[in-house]
Amino acid sequence: MPREGVLVHRIYERLNQDQMERIHGASMQILRHPGIICYNREAADIFSSYGAKVTADTAARFWQVSIPEAMVLSALKTTPKVVRLGARREENSLILDGSEPRVYFSSGSETNVWLDMRVETFVSKADHSVEVELATFHPRRGMLADLCAAARLGEHLDNLDGFIRPVNIQDEDITEENKDVNKFFTCLNNMTKHVMAGLTSLDKLDDVIRMAEIIAGGEEELRRNPIISFITCVFKSPLQMVDDTTQICIEVVRRGMPLVISASPQGGSTAPIKEDGTVAQINAEILGGIAMSQLINPGAPVIYGSVPTRAGLDDLADSYGVPEFNHYNVDCVQMARFYGLPCYSTAGVADVKVPGIQATVEKLFSHIVIALSGAQYIHYAFGLLDKTATFCPVQAVLDDAHIGMVKSLLRAPKVDEAEVTTSLEQIRQVMATSQKLFVRYIRPKMRSGEVTLPYPFEGDKAKDEVLLRAHERMQELIQRPVEHIPPEISERIFREIPGILPRLNIYREG
Amino acid sequence: MTDDIIERIKQNVIQGRMHKEDEGFDDGMVGQPAVKELVQQALDEGIDSRRIVIEGLTEAMKIVGEKFEAKKYFIPDMLASAETVGAAMDILAPHLAKFGVASKGKVLMATVKGDLHDIGKNIVTIILKGAGYEVKDLGSDVSPEQIVASVREENPDLLGLSALLTTTMVAMKETIDSLSQAGLRDKVKVIIGGAPTSPEFAAEIGADGYGADAFHAQRIVEELQQAS
Repeated sequence: MPREGVLVHRIYERLNQDQMERIHGASMQILRHPGIICYNREAADIFSSYGAKVTADTAARFWQVSIPEAMVLSALKTTPKVVRLGARREENSLILDGSEPRVYFSSGSETNVWLDMRVETFVSKADHSVEVELATFHPRRGMLADLCAAARLGEHLDNLDGFIRPVNIQDEDITEENKDVNKFFTCLNNMTKHVMAGLTSLDKLDDVIRMAEIIAGGEEELRRNPIISFITCVFKSPLQMVDDTTQICIEVVRRGMPLVISASPQGGSTAPIKEDGTVAQINAEILGGIAMSQLINPGAPVIYGSVPTRAGLDDLADSYGVPEFNHYNVDCVQMARFYGLPCYSTAGVADVKVPGIQATVEKLFSHIVIALSGAQYIHYAFGLLDKTATFCPVQAVLDDAHIGMVKSLLRAPKVDEAEVTTSLEQIRQVMATSQKLFVRYIRPKMRSGEVTLPYPFEGDKAKDEVLLRAHERMQELIQRPVEHIPPEISERIFREIPGILPRLNIYREG
Repeated sequence: MTDDIIERIKQNVIQGRMHKEDEGFDDGMVGQPAVKELVQQALDEGIDSRRIVIEGLTEAMKIVGEKFEAKKYFIPDMLASAETVGAAMDILAPHLAKFGVASKGKVLMATVKGDLHDIGKNIVTIILKGAGYEVKDLGSDVSPEQIVASVREENPDLLGLSALLTTTMVAMKETIDSLSQAGLRDKVKVIIGGAPTSPEFAAEIGADGYGADAFHAQRIVEELQQAS
């Protein structure tokens, strides 16, 4: 049985059928004219060999590709409508079904900054006898040890369904050459949920896949239970296929591993500010990538990856906390559903740099709306602050609790004959008692999870102690043991996969 | 055998199972004897009713209290367990009387005149009953005259008054004044509670105690009893 996630019983949609068809039509026109600018020769050749009009610029620095609608429609026929993301523990697998609004939440980004929280005691200047404990925040460079901690934490966050490394590893002994094997190994060795990541170096793709095969139990087992998957942002908006990420896309697709083909335009700067314009453009970009994937390997398991943001009006940086972010993203979820494809979507990023009221408002805003839209895989959902530049583990613990509440919110109502009969019996029984209280019927529903338990970080109600409680919870979760890769398999990995740092070997002597 | 049945009573109190039809936390408990059936069975087997109270009910409620403090139990859990103890005490009362064991005290409970909100009062009633008090619930919208008459008739140790509205909390003062006028104020301790009330308000109207919630009310009742 895969993870349950939450099956949204009534999805929220912004676009009607006519509007979705208009967006689709606009995307098809964009792909034909102006078309895309392709910086990858092999991709240009692939498009050309299947009949797209490809024109090289005079210096052969890029190729102008006009993709016909028929090529996209043909690709959509072979693109899988259901993609399975496996896991070391198979019950942690995820089934992304384009026809089913079952929502999974995942971490994401690769932030450079890890934000520690400390609890410090402050004394009132006015009255030195008054002391108060407050949270203080301390940013620092993310390291391998932090990625280990993030994976352990993620393993124990009940509502984290899939894991994308939330922190960039910047240790001195981490290089471009060894980064991929070390980050995948660290994630896989500290959690049993699905692990998804981008690649730093295409050269290491086969080492990473080989590592996953060893863990999964061989090549065939990995195909059956793909414990890892990849993400590549093929397009630099607007409409430019980037050389290296396109090459990663080509190679992952050739190997048949699950791949998110994402695009991330910024409405107002790298895409139109208007909702229809941004959505038509990102839809064209994603479909361009999907079309290429299916030309290379028809049936390759690719996922529609939409990460549109809106330009911040004060700094032109990505803005995640504004309503337009939700407009763009809900529309993309609908467009993926229009094609029957599962959607990798985006929610839960705060623009502010530290946890607090602003972060909670910004995060919950998109957590609720995007989940309600029925996106199958929502990334960026845990711990992200400062527009994806910072990961804070205390914030991840808060997000986990809030996502749990969102999942409860979206559950289908249970109203049928048996339920109504039970309620009538309860009402009659209670009315026959002197105190007329229904409280005793709460308990079974609490235990079954149908009744949400009190907010876990509540203090004594006289003051807000949420951050202090969440900090305690984070420390407790990070200390909990996890199920590591067994010693014999770990030994094989260290023997056969080059580049993994010996200090990551938890079984080595000394 | 005696130890076994007392342990089963204890576990069923912790799980809040009053009747055999009640669910527990463990699978397969529906249909198994619960507190009411087990207490009766224990008495039938000749087990000392005092042992049932001390080793079964009191020990169980101690554990329930610890779980509540640790936030492993919530109000519905506490109430369910307290209800089972109240039901057990109803069965045990005549047997305890044979040993000259009385309840911990007699309490009258009422929501005051003009106020129909009785959830808080009901919860306090359940908790006090579960704690071993003999509790009589006068209901809601109870006038000072009715309360005075009941105090005269029942001769309770304590009187609990509840109000939810700022407009009805004044009836608490009227009630206490009526008790004074009837010459009964010195014969009963008065504890008040409810959302708009406070320790300051309790002192202002001449009440003996204030309960912030049901468990706090229980502690105040215990303190007032010990002091008297």
